[in-house]
Amino acid sequence: MINQVAALGSLGIEVVRKYGKAGIILFRAIFRVPNIRKGFPLVVQQIYAEGVLSLLIIIVSALFIGMVVALQGYHTLSKFGASQQLGPLVALSVARELGPVITALLFAGRAGSALAAEIGLMKATEQLSSMEMMAVDPLQRVIAPRFWGGFISLPLLTIIFNIVAIYGAYLVGVKWLGMDAGAFWSNMQSAVDFRLDILNGIYKSVVFGVVVTWIALYQGYDAVPTSAGIANATTRTVVYSSLAVLGLDFVLTAMMIGGW
Amino acid sequence: MLSQRVIETLVGLFLLAAILALMALAFKVSGLTTFFKQDGYNVTAAFEDIGQLKVRGSVKIAGVTVGEVTGIMIDPASYKAVVTLRINSTVKDIPNDSSASILTAGLLGDNYIAITPMYGTVFLKNGDAIEETHSAMILEKLIGQFLFSIGHPGDKATDPSTDTADKGAKK
Repeated sequence: MINQVAALGSLGIEVVRKYGKAGIILFRAIFRVPNIRKGFPLVVQQIYAEGVLSLLIIIVSALFIGMVVALQGYHTLSKFGASQQLGPLVALSVARELGPVITALLFAGRAGSALAAEIGLMKATEQLSSMEMMAVDPLQRVIAPRFWGGFISLPLLTIIFNIVAIYGAYLVGVKWLGMDAGAFWSNMQSAVDFRLDILNGIYKSVVFGVVVTWIALYQGYDAVPTSAGIANATTRTVVYSSLAVLGLDFVLTAMMIGGW
Repeated sequence: MLSQRVIETLVGLFLLAAILALMALAFKVSGLTTFFKQDGYNVTAAFEDIGQLKVRGSVKIAGVTVGEVTGIMIDPASYKAVVTLRINSTVKDIPNDSSASILTAGLLGDNYIAITPMYGTVFLKNGDAIEETHSAMILEKLIGQFLFSIGHPGDKATDPSTDTADKGAKK
């Protein structure tokens, strides 16, 4: 009996400790930036690895998501004789929800899992401890550039996702289904507000960028240094960051609609 | 592994693509034009009731959009809604005795302001007010009046409470 209570207690302490470790990693990644001359090339390399290399999957999914939303929307809207409203439907749903959320989910799968696996393997092969031996802070040399790379890449990817999805909808709506191009754009422009719709979507993606990279870096850094441990860390990265993105999306949307 | 030069170039292109995409979102998708000073002139019109009219609603003449609603406020003295309209500078010659009415696009569409030009020889300029206005038709009010007039046949002409609302409805 007493053992079970003790186990519960130690589980609780363990959970709190993990949050604490994750918090310390985030704090150091943000504030222990190396000097600009040394750190900048590292951040650029990470933007390349996390952002530029994710472009292909982002663009292809955005194109198809835009096309499918336009096709579905057109068929439903035309039942009400409101097919002219296709532009606002697509633009609002992409800029407010689909863009930030799907980009973050794809980013977690494409870049987050790679980050966790890379750092986990660095830990397993004792590259991190040998850096410490050489008086190089691995948080500064490895974690911080990866964090900033993800933080910068995700909003940029979201912006590209938004515009590609809207042009995908344009392809289907105007070029294929024969809507009037002028009505498509002008209805969109009168319905979409730059600050309320587009900027709020980008704010969301900034938050998602922090959360997804943070979870990936923590899971990699905290991984059990075995092959099974790295596999676990990769899985947990994708699962936790997807759940965090979807949950935070609800909270952020509620805040934005509430007009914080 | 690519050389640092190539990586930097690719990241630069990535940033550039994102900036271009953001500009496309701003100007093509959300129609953000407030960064630039819009050419055009402002006129005001006071309405009894604007219904669901919103800022950025369109202003039309003969169905063609010629401007937009830039501001809506209440006049504290007369309790009328004062709507500011920005008319494109390409449409200069609107007679100052024209009337403005609030109409609805389709059954469920947005409200917009239609200006009906009259035959005056003096044209509207910046800061002028359109005197002749017709309020929005509000479906609930019309139904209420209709039900009331079924219930009280003959009373309608003498009942002062529905008088003001009727004016808008009959036009």
